[in-house]
Amino acid sequence: MEEKLTLFKNRKRFGIEKNIDIIFKNTALVLSSFVAIILLGIILVVFFQSFESFSRYGLKFLVTSEWNPVKDEYGAFTAIYGTLVTSFLSLLITIPLGVGTAIFITEDFVPKVFREIIGSFVELLAAIPSVVLGLWAIFVMEPFFRAFFVFLHNFFGWIPLFSTEPTGRNSLLAILILVVMLLPIVTSIARDSLNQVPKKLRNAAYGIGASRWKTIFSVILPAALSGIMAGVLLALGRAMGETMAVTMIIGNSNAFSWSLLSPGYTISSMLANQFGEADGSQVSSLFYAAFVLMILSLVVNIFAQWLVKKFSLKY
Amino acid sequence: MNSLYYQKRLSRNIGDKFFTSLSIICALIAILPLIFLVTYILYKGGSQITPELFTLEPNPPGDDLDAGGINPALIGTLIITSIASIIAIPVGVGGGIYLAEYSKGGPFSRFIRFGVNVLAGVPSIIAGVFIYALIVSTKILFGSMYSGLAGGMALSILMLPTVIKTTDEGLKLVPNELRYASLGVGASMYTTILKVTLPSAFRSIATGVVLGIARAAGETAPLIFTALFSYYYITGFGDLFYEMGSLAVLIYNFALEPYDAQNKLAWAASFILVLSILSVNIFSRILAAFTEKTKRV
Repeated sequence: MEEKLTLFKNRKRFGIEKNIDIIFKNTALVLSSFVAIILLGIILVVFFQSFESFSRYGLKFLVTSEWNPVKDEYGAFTAIYGTLVTSFLSLLITIPLGVGTAIFITEDFVPKVFREIIGSFVELLAAIPSVVLGLWAIFVMEPFFRAFFVFLHNFFGWIPLFSTEPTGRNSLLAILILVVMLLPIVTSIARDSLNQVPKKLRNAAYGIGASRWKTIFSVILPAALSGIMAGVLLALGRAMGETMAVTMIIGNSNAFSWSLLSPGYTISSMLANQFGEADGSQVSSLFYAAFVLMILSLVVNIFAQWLVKKFSLKY
Repeated sequence: MNSLYYQKRLSRNIGDKFFTSLSIICALIAILPLIFLVTYILYKGGSQITPELFTLEPNPPGDDLDAGGINPALIGTLIITSIASIIAIPVGVGGGIYLAEYSKGGPFSRFIRFGVNVLAGVPSIIAGVFIYALIVSTKILFGSMYSGLAGGMALSILMLPTVIKTTDEGLKLVPNELRYASLGVGASMYTTILKVTLPSAFRSIATGVVLGIARAAGETAPLIFTALFSYYYITGFGDLFYEMGSLAVLIYNFALEPYDAQNKLAWAASFILVLSILSVNIFSRILAAFTEKTKRV
């Protein structure tokens, strides 16, 4: 008995090994807290850099559209308006298209092989860099839609949205390229949430005599709604922050116009255009605009996460 | 008697037909432009590919006839993406290990998981703005302003959430029995993680990380005012501290040039970028499908 106890005593873990274990755990802890540090760092740095502009213009910055480095007057209304209009209108087009496509993929209209090919193809498209989409928009989309824009202006020119003569790059093109970018996101998330709806719900609906689309509208879509909504909000956040494709096609003009057929601006395209050459209080104003963009996308993202947690149906 | 048969004119059947065709139309509208887009990029870019493209420097715009090659941008993309991976992979895998293996679902880990999701949603240009304020404008890196190193750091911010998430989720899929067995035979926690759980989650983590790298390689917004652009060959280690070109920024700059030669170079660069990103994606998908099949058997 005595002998066995000493044996156990001798086989205690070495001090070094224990220390390595503790060091390993703490390193992992520190590394995981990097996320929080970076996130807080981004918020603080952008906020403090924008402080000069913030204290000078206050909230007036958000509603005036003068952007004049010579006179040192800055207001970001055009860019903020552009960001909101392009992202919301592109989402408005994307939602029916994306959800419709997702329903097409999850129902059995065509054999499973085709649906899987379409599904993974749509997902692959999300991987195409936005700068390449911008290049495509400049050289293919713009010439393709030119005649259509002239038609829009001639026949619907009395609507303020189409009131200007189309001249090359404009906000409507930016909206269309955003649709191309958002479609894969909305489609794949909607497809995933539709697939997660349990089969027995569908069978129950069929069993009491509901037709296919009655089942989709009254059972399947409501059950998948929270997931689809979260996907839509993620897409909205992406649309607001999307930089390259929009910058390349929107025309980059700070002159405010209601018309979608005139060149416009978004916060991110303003940053991409001016940040490199800016100095003095223009830098601070750009940081202020960046801060606004960050708050917008943070709010959308946090709301999306909250929505998923709150409304995710559990079966 | 009639009610036993399918009746075309019943309003529910008409409605069904209508919505079915509507969803088919949606799918067509969504997919046709996308197919057109990919084939156009591959066709238009592929026709510009020449051997000199990979060895020459790009000529400054204005010289309309000969645009040169994209060698510096190609190498620059490789370097900047490697820098981003060198920073983001250890930090991300370490953070993922903490979340999956050590944390017990308390407020700290919940906050970090929340932060990962929020950081993933931060617009990529904000990462560029942040690095500009932190590193470029302060000249903190040995007095250099725009540099490949700063560009890599900006990209690493975008990669980090992906790496943490895939590590966290990959480790959570490892069955607990493996951990119990390892700890039961007397292995310490770090041996268990390094020798048992990490290796068994390796493939899913690697897939996620590779996809993250591929995504970062195409990012432009964080680079346009951190790494900027350069027309010259990358010759040595010291070039890390100077402006560095990348395929993505080359496409952006040259697409906006009024000269045809530069535009063609942009198409060629897009071809290389899209082809490599798509092949990485397809390859990792096939690999993932393959592992799933072997697991089921």
